[in-house]
Amino acid sequence: MENLIGLLVLAPLLGAGVLLCGGRRLDRTGHWIGTLLAAASFVIGVVLFADLLGRPADDRELGTTVFSWVPVGGFRADVGFQLDQLSMTFVLLITGVGSLIHLYSVGYMEHDERRRRFFGYLNLFLAAMLLLVLADNYLLLYVGWEGVGLASYLLIGFWQHKPSAATAAKKAFLVNRVGDMGLSIAVMLMFTTFGTFAFGPVLEHADQAGEGKLTAIGLMLLLAACGKSAQVPLQSWLGDAMEGPTPVSALIHAATMVTAGVYLIVRSGAIFDAAPDAQTAVVTVGAVTLLFGAIVGCAKDDIKKALAGSTMSQIGYMILAAGLGPIGYVFAIMHLVTHGFFKAGLFLGAGSVMHGMNDEVDMRRYGGLRTYMPVTFVTFGLGYLAIIGFPGLSGFFSKDKIIEAAFARGGTEGWILGGAALLGAAITAYYMTRVMLLTFFGEKRWQPDADGKLPHPHESPRTMTIPMIVLAFGSVFAGGLFSLNDAFLKWLEPVTGHAEGDSPLTATQVTAATMVVLVVGVALAWAQYGRRPVPVTAPPGGLLVRAARRDLLQDDFNHVVLVRGGEHLTRSLVYVDHTLVDGVVNGTAASVGGLSGRMRRLQNGFARSYAVSMFGGAAVLIAATLLMRAV
Amino acid sequence: MNPANYLYLAALLFTIGAAGVLIRRNAIVIFMCVELMLNACNLAFVTFSRLHGNLDGQIIAFFTMVVAAAEVVIGLAIIVTIFRSRHSASVDDASLLKL
Amino acid sequence: MSSLAAAASSTSTGEAVQFWVLAVVAVAGALGAVLMKKAVHSALSLAGTMIVLAVFYLANGAYFLGIVQIVVYTGAIMMLFLFVVMLVGVTAADSLKETIRGQRLLAGLCVLGFGILLGAGIANASLRDFNGLGQANAGGNVQGLAALIFTKYVFAFEITGALLITAVVGAMVLTHRERTGRPATQRERSEARVRGKHLPPLPAPGVYARHNAVDIPGLLPDGTPSELTVNPTLRARGQVRDVSGEALEDLAALEQRSKEWLERNNDRSEERAQ
Repeated sequence: MENLIGLLVLAPLLGAGVLLCGGRRLDRTGHWIGTLLAAASFVIGVVLFADLLGRPADDRELGTTVFSWVPVGGFRADVGFQLDQLSMTFVLLITGVGSLIHLYSVGYMEHDERRRRFFGYLNLFLAAMLLLVLADNYLLLYVGWEGVGLASYLLIGFWQHKPSAATAAKKAFLVNRVGDMGLSIAVMLMFTTFGTFAFGPVLEHADQAGEGKLTAIGLMLLLAACGKSAQVPLQSWLGDAMEGPTPVSALIHAATMVTAGVYLIVRSGAIFDAAPDAQTAVVTVGAVTLLFGAIVGCAKDDIKKALAGSTMSQIGYMILAAGLGPIGYVFAIMHLVTHGFFKAGLFLGAGSVMHGMNDEVDMRRYGGLRTYMPVTFVTFGLGYLAIIGFPGLSGFFSKDKIIEAAFARGGTEGWILGGAALLGAAITAYYMTRVMLLTFFGEKRWQPDADGKLPHPHESPRTMTIPMIVLAFGSVFAGGLFSLNDAFLKWLEPVTGHAEGDSPLTATQVTAATMVVLVVGVALAWAQYGRRPVPVTAPPGGLLVRAARRDLLQDDFNHVVLVRGGEHLTRSLVYVDHTLVDGVVNGTAASVGGLSGRMRRLQNGFARSYAVSMFGGAAVLIAATLLMRAV
Repeated sequence: MNPANYLYLAALLFTIGAAGVLIRRNAIVIFMCVELMLNACNLAFVTFSRLHGNLDGQIIAFFTMVVAAAEVVIGLAIIVTIFRSRHSASVDDASLLKL
Repeated sequence: MSSLAAAASSTSTGEAVQFWVLAVVAVAGALGAVLMKKAVHSALSLAGTMIVLAVFYLANGAYFLGIVQIVVYTGAIMMLFLFVVMLVGVTAADSLKETIRGQRLLAGLCVLGFGILLGAGIANASLRDFNGLGQANAGGNVQGLAALIFTKYVFAFEITGALLITAVVGAMVLTHRERTGRPATQRERSEARVRGKHLPPLPAPGVYARHNAVDIPGLLPDGTPSELTVNPTLRARGQVRDVSGEALEDLAALEQRSKEWLERNNDRSEERAQ
């Protein structure tokens, strides 16, 4: 069984190698090779899952060391895999959703001449992501972490002929580097503290290290999570990352890669549990981001960017839950999985809509599409109901639990966090209803595209609709299935642990409150977009709306603070370099040169000059002797 | 008379000899000035011998004379050699510090 | 005897007079050695100073050294100097103009400072006690020295011997010129002297020419100018005046005239004959 774990990673890696090195020969079959290998990975995952299920709950862990990567003296870094319930969950999500999206891409990228390369990148991503979640030590996790960053960069900039895509890829890469720096520092700190990278020893002995050190490690891990999961303050790249092809947005920037931060925090739970300050930072980041993303999502007219804001917000929920400690870990992962289903479904639906509308992304130019794209409409609608937390669908179960856990934090903090989560739920209901209404309801506001052709909306091909249908099933039933007998809780508990908090509100009260804010949000959106005709060009809007359209000024902030600040810093450093450093260096050289020039004159070759020096020296010696005697 | 006067005289002669070494260009004259300096030293040694009441100072002066003789032999040989190749006894002409 | 008195533990008035008189001579000799333009004069001045010093040695009870000073220094070393001076050229006078910038100033400063310091050092020394050599010289000065040389200083003495031998060998090596080839015979030398040269003196400029200025070449019997007659320096500078055309014309005219004169003479003779 252990050998299968390596195969899990190897299959997509092989796919990437074959597709990227295979050349044009594989242009016609490449996409199927990629899809097949992704599916193979999924099948292996399922086999392993069945194996794990067959074991007793406390023995569901497989581990294998493939080879010793860096054995230097007492230092060992191994390439080893660890498959426990947490990794298994991720493996199934990644390979499952990944395979579906591979299938979807076959249709979506049909007319792209670089489709083979696209599938190569997708496989590369799968391999890196699987490496990330299967690694049994932080160093290997870091390899996977960088790998998904690379794949993300390549896929965002896949249409590199568009300057906006190239810029977006670069931006994502740069912002991610900040987070990666955090992870690398955290890994180094771990090594100096614990002397090893392996999860087992590090997490086991976590509480033995000093709290200050753990806080530092925790904050660095949080920085890493912020970068990868687009949390405030490193959130700015996600919106622009929507320049990539829609399947990429669905797989990487909604379902899997951006949740790596949540994985990291949950995996390092023992460290955070022992560092309350770091945990506070985590919940703060989560709460701020869930509101931030939601507000941005309300203002965007670009369907994918609205969904990106939503992703940011939903991951904020997960981070919030992960920061709450053992109360929240399970629900963070549960929300992560359900979110993986419905957000991927929503993105695929958005891609399907764009496919039918000549790649138009402005929702104000959609309208009334429900009759033209029935399958897309139904699947998108189910995803929509799931994300806003409609009772009985998966979002309802996972999000409700997180809100409950937030209240259970206790005290003022609990009220603030719970309130923020509730407010986020209301805003989620609002902006998702807005997306739904603008896209599928109301009158047609279709505009001719650049070539003057009016779009002819049509249902997408089978390869695209099947994944959407499957994901819609997931959106509907996953939550209920997980909550049945607390199945998911029992499954994950051996890894993450679980604690019940005492919430000031009962579960019923929380559910009722959620229902109320849900209705309010939907009603508000209906009042604004359902009852009145929607203008094709966006109205100017108030200050907040304009700010939200500019992503709450995140880029302006970055520009003013980081870019300008950096430029000023650079200029002043250059100035210092030119005047001070060069001055010292050149001055030294010049003074040595000048001095040598003068000293050289002493070496004139005239014996009598040397005699004068000798004689002067003798005089000085006599003077010194006399002086010493006098003293 | 204070015998220290011999010492002052020795110092004066030594200084004059040194000035000659520094100022003159003719190698032979310089050499003679060096001899003058050595003689001044000898005078000082002899005086010291008398001041201390033993003969060690005279011994040193004697050795100085012997060494001076050896030095003169070599020095004059060098001067003659240089003069043969350069047709000049000026020490400034040999400023490249080679023949 | 003043020198014997000097060996005692105090100085007499006679020694003081002798000192002040001879010290002036010694300093004058030293200054002369430094300042005289000609090396010969320097050497002679120095010899004077050394003789004065010999007297001072004697006055200080160093009888052996006094004699050695006269015999070795004045008699041998200074004569060696004079010998070399003659070898180098007795008439060569040095220019006393300084060529190295600042040398004289620096030398003056150093010498002045050095002299003052030496004086200060002597003035500082406690020289009140004055033992005299009466006791040390009791068994004779030479005997005393010999006793020290062959006992206490015997190593230094032996090493001095080695030094002298080394010096002798060194002087030989330095002055010896290695012969690289066979020495030339007398015949070869005489042939070398004659080869490729005018044995008689060169013709003077202006011979047969119209002018006898130095830059006008003399003419050969056929009227062509001979450059040999002009100073080589002028030849090298190209300042030889070219007179060939003029000279040939003059010669032709002279021949014409002489022919005319001869013809007339012929006529006359014919006339006479007739």
